[in-house]
Amino acid sequence: MKTVVKTDTETATATPEFEKAALRQESRRGLFLALPAYLYLIFFFVISLFIVFIYSFATRNRFGGTDLSGWNLDSYARISEPIVRDVLFRSIWLAFLTTVICLVIAYPFAYFLSTRRVAVRNIMLVFVMIPFWTNFLVRNFAWRVILGNNGPLTNATEFVGLGSAELLFTQTAVVLGLVYGYLPFMILPLYAAIERIDRRLLEASRDLYGTGFQSFRHVLFPLSMPGVIAGSILVFVPSLGAYVTPEILGGAKTTLLGSYIVTQFLTARNWPFGAALSFVLMLVMLVTTIVYFRKGGRTL
Amino acid sequence: MSTSVEPRGWAKAALHVNGWFVYMFFYAPIVLLVIYSFSNSRNVGTWGGFTLDWYRDFFDSSNARGALSNSVKIAIFSTIISVALGTMAALSLERFTFRGKKVFDALLYLPIIIPDVTMAVMMLLFFGEFFDVLDALFGLGLRKGFWSISISHIAFNISFVSVVVRARLAGMDTDLEEAAIDLYASRWKAFRYVTFPQIVPGIAGGALLAMTLSLDDVVITQFVAGPGWTTLPVYVFGLIRKGVTPLINAVSVTMLVVSMLLVVLSIVAQRVRRSG
Repeated sequence: MKTVVKTDTETATATPEFEKAALRQESRRGLFLALPAYLYLIFFFVISLFIVFIYSFATRNRFGGTDLSGWNLDSYARISEPIVRDVLFRSIWLAFLTTVICLVIAYPFAYFLSTRRVAVRNIMLVFVMIPFWTNFLVRNFAWRVILGNNGPLTNATEFVGLGSAELLFTQTAVVLGLVYGYLPFMILPLYAAIERIDRRLLEASRDLYGTGFQSFRHVLFPLSMPGVIAGSILVFVPSLGAYVTPEILGGAKTTLLGSYIVTQFLTARNWPFGAALSFVLMLVMLVTTIVYFRKGGRTL
Repeated sequence: MSTSVEPRGWAKAALHVNGWFVYMFFYAPIVLLVIYSFSNSRNVGTWGGFTLDWYRDFFDSSNARGALSNSVKIAIFSTIISVALGTMAALSLERFTFRGKKVFDALLYLPIIIPDVTMAVMMLLFFGEFFDVLDALFGLGLRKGFWSISISHIAFNISFVSVVVRARLAGMDTDLEEAAIDLYASRWKAFRYVTFPQIVPGIAGGALLAMTLSLDDVVITQFVAGPGWTTLPVYVFGLIRKGVTPLINAVSVTMLVVSMLLVVLSIVAQRVRRSG
């Protein structure tokens, strides 16, 4: 009798023990698989971000080097200087403008795409993907050729009698380049969001005597909000940190945050200040993204 | 009673016009760039008759050829490593639970959302502080150039590969894997003969994306490349800043053709993914 009871309790506890061991082994396997990438990311993202953070409190010495002592907040204080503030506001304004223009062009396009037959739609999507994948530098350079002196655009405007359009090295050119570069980032999440919407809701809205605009305003647009937000983040963030586009299409008066940071490292040799600016840029981006995910967004 | 929700009249017309406008906007600059690369004129945007001189100049220039071969080497090396690490990461996240999984998942998003410029700064400072340490630890004799550029490219590519492979793994039925395990296949055999063949399209897609991103990168490479080392995009970027010449048109079109080829390959891979 005693022994039976004993074995009963033994088997009762043995099974969870066995399962626990199996679970532990599974967990070890998972961690083992993840480990190389995990360590890589910790090294190159966590530690390096920490180094940037440390540098932002350091002091630039007379020779353009960085003294990692005498910690101070000078680099952050400089952000309120008029020159820096101008660069910051200009970057935010142009990134905002780029996002709005992309949204205005991409929304009807994404909707249009969602109303096509599946076969046609797939082909249309492929042709959106191609520029999305082709070399960003080359695509910006193409605009340099088009907008340049005696280029196709000036020739065209002169031909129509509008005079020569001198857009190169202006803010307009930079926004044009940014819109060109990031439009696919807006189209794809918008399309993903709009395509998921139940068409019957739109039909119901029309059946209940809603006008086309009212259906859009109260049904389609609110339901496509996740796509609108995802697309806006995907356009706004890289526009804010843009470097290649303003360098190629912009001029001296269109310095943006990205180029300004690069200048601090490669020419002005003020690493602490550059580090502070990059840290702020990263923080803005991180906060935006976290807010988005907190609000339940999924399509990034 | 049901009303058609399709836009009619001017709204429909506007949607069509906008659609054509978007494609015009996407492709007109690319087409013009290709046309002008064959133009026999010193001015980049002017047509001066057909010539292949700029392409000949490009292939004759040892600087350009050197930059091209650097780009290709770095793209291939960083793609191989990031595909291996990224696929392992994707498997661990989709098929296992382990301690620190949530942190790992969040960390993987970091390279995707961090602006290029910030990442360039991070890498610059990191290599400034740690290259000597890494050298002492592993004795690799790392020098700025091939290694620093490849290491940086791997850093952002791991995430992109793992996102693509995860999408494939998530959409996959786990029944077959479980059946294999039930039939006494080892974990490795189940992966090798059941899971792996099914995720090959995802891995291929991820690899092509990684290669494209590596061939595209300007800012990060410019920051971490030591003296005397340059890739094709950084070389072209330098040329553009010095002054625009038709030679750049030819180099650009060559880069365009390479990336288009990669896109077409990736679309083929995606097709396999959908039907497979």
